[in-house]
Amino acid sequence: MYLTDEEKAMLAGEYGAGTALAMKIQVAVGECFDAPRMVEISKAHVALSNQEADLWFVEKLLKAGARCRIAPTVNPGFHLEFCREHLSISTEDGELMERTRKAYQEIGAILTFSCTPYLEANVPRFGEIISYSETSATAYVNSVIGARTNRESVQSSLCAAITGRVPEYGYLLEENRTGNILVQVEADIKNDFDYQLLGYCAKKIGYGVPVFVGLPAHPSQEALMNLGAQLNTIGAYAIYHVVGVTPEAQTIEDAFGGKDPARTVVITNEDLAEVHQNISHPEGKIAFAMFGCPHFTINQVREIAQMVHGKKLAAEMWILTSSLTKELADRMGLTETIENSGGHILDNTCIDQPCWHHLEGKVGVTDSPKCAYYTKRRGLEFIIRDLRSCVDAALKGEVS
Amino acid sequence: MKEENITFSCHKISEGKVEGEALISQEDILFYLCDPKTGRIIEKGHDLEGQSVAGKILVFPAGKGSSSVQVDGLYQLLTRNNAPKAMIIERPDTILVTSAIIMEIPLVDRVEEKFYRTVKNGDYLRVDADAGTVMIVPQRNHSGQKGNA
Repeated sequence: MYLTDEEKAMLAGEYGAGTALAMKIQVAVGECFDAPRMVEISKAHVALSNQEADLWFVEKLLKAGARCRIAPTVNPGFHLEFCREHLSISTEDGELMERTRKAYQEIGAILTFSCTPYLEANVPRFGEIISYSETSATAYVNSVIGARTNRESVQSSLCAAITGRVPEYGYLLEENRTGNILVQVEADIKNDFDYQLLGYCAKKIGYGVPVFVGLPAHPSQEALMNLGAQLNTIGAYAIYHVVGVTPEAQTIEDAFGGKDPARTVVITNEDLAEVHQNISHPEGKIAFAMFGCPHFTINQVREIAQMVHGKKLAAEMWILTSSLTKELADRMGLTETIENSGGHILDNTCIDQPCWHHLEGKVGVTDSPKCAYYTKRRGLEFIIRDLRSCVDAALKGEVS
Repeated sequence: MKEENITFSCHKISEGKVEGEALISQEDILFYLCDPKTGRIIEKGHDLEGQSVAGKILVFPAGKGSSSVQVDGLYQLLTRNNAPKAMIIERPDTILVTSAIIMEIPLVDRVEEKFYRTVKNGDYLRVDADAGTVMIVPQRNHSGQKGNA
């Protein structure tokens, strides 16, 4: 692999042992994928997870003196102060969050604690070479914006932030970004939730870059977030195209780079119904509603506020979002409306964190299959419905 | 008649040289859905559900799952001595690749096609990522050998 003098200097330790370690890992990744060289990045996002391995690695780099050349934004752990006061977290878990926060600040990250940097705070432009980890973010920036990132891990994107470079391979290259699976959607796509189920059809879609046709002409930002988040959770899709919607698929020829699709997959109403059936807990009473995987947008927060206005919730409700969206919700009176109904809007927090012990063994409702998938390990069960049905359920205390 | 070791070429991703028993999965693996205390796969419906990856040379198509959980799953297995000794895969992805490199678990891909037609669960394998070889070692040639090469 070709390295510039500057990159050789990093590898040789001239910028310290931490930068050398980051570069060593990146060279190994580059050699795995036959990358010819490194390319510079101008943005990074690290999917901080506040788990043991996350802290272990960032502290290891810190101790070796590493600092970020490109300041990355970061994913949420949990809101330490709020959780200490209002939820049950163990002393160890509180300390883990404290150390993670401190380590990322020291290494030079921007502490956004949000999994939707592509909506605010760290929005790349078309064609920009970047290094983003986080399932929904990788899919969104590649597909909807047309920026270029591989499906990075927490650790590889942190290394990229430190060296300011990524090995050139995979989705950075034009030829790997074009589609090879034609997905004909014959199912009725009625709302943003149907995009969640469509994304969860990954097993039928199979390995490759999907190109969707047959979708509504003007999908919402939330619909595209949902599609990518689910595709990239249940499968490994860093990029998808929607013909006439996403920037690298203005026409079907563009989407396939002039080639024929390797295969065609048809998605019907029955496919969506089958996926829905498989992933959702059976209907019945619920103890809570959980929203914000990925973090909710201001539109979604507003939709909930309108539905609960002047009413009382029968089940606990949590809306997870970024601090910027929370600030907007506060300013617009949405937080007050939601709190008056008995609900909570909480920033800087992820569902897959050790701050939800009080929900263990209980059944909740959510609009996000991803939310239900990762929390199985934490003993949470979910009925999965569209947003409006979820809010209705929270008002009644059951899904019927 | 003495059985010969059979050697196949492969491509190094993460360095190292180890030997141990093969465990083969037809499905992709997410190490977050392993029990760190036992190494057992807990993913419902997975073709290795209930089997332990601890100390095995794990042969599987690819990793899966999001950017943080794969590495944490592997880390928890490793710190409890329940990680696989080496991994032989078909489709490398950045997430599994970086996880293996930073945790220093040997990882190889591009093994000759013949290997997949020959290898069986429980076969004794010698993986030398640095030399770019995977060897199937017949029972009698390694009797008494345990642990790392």
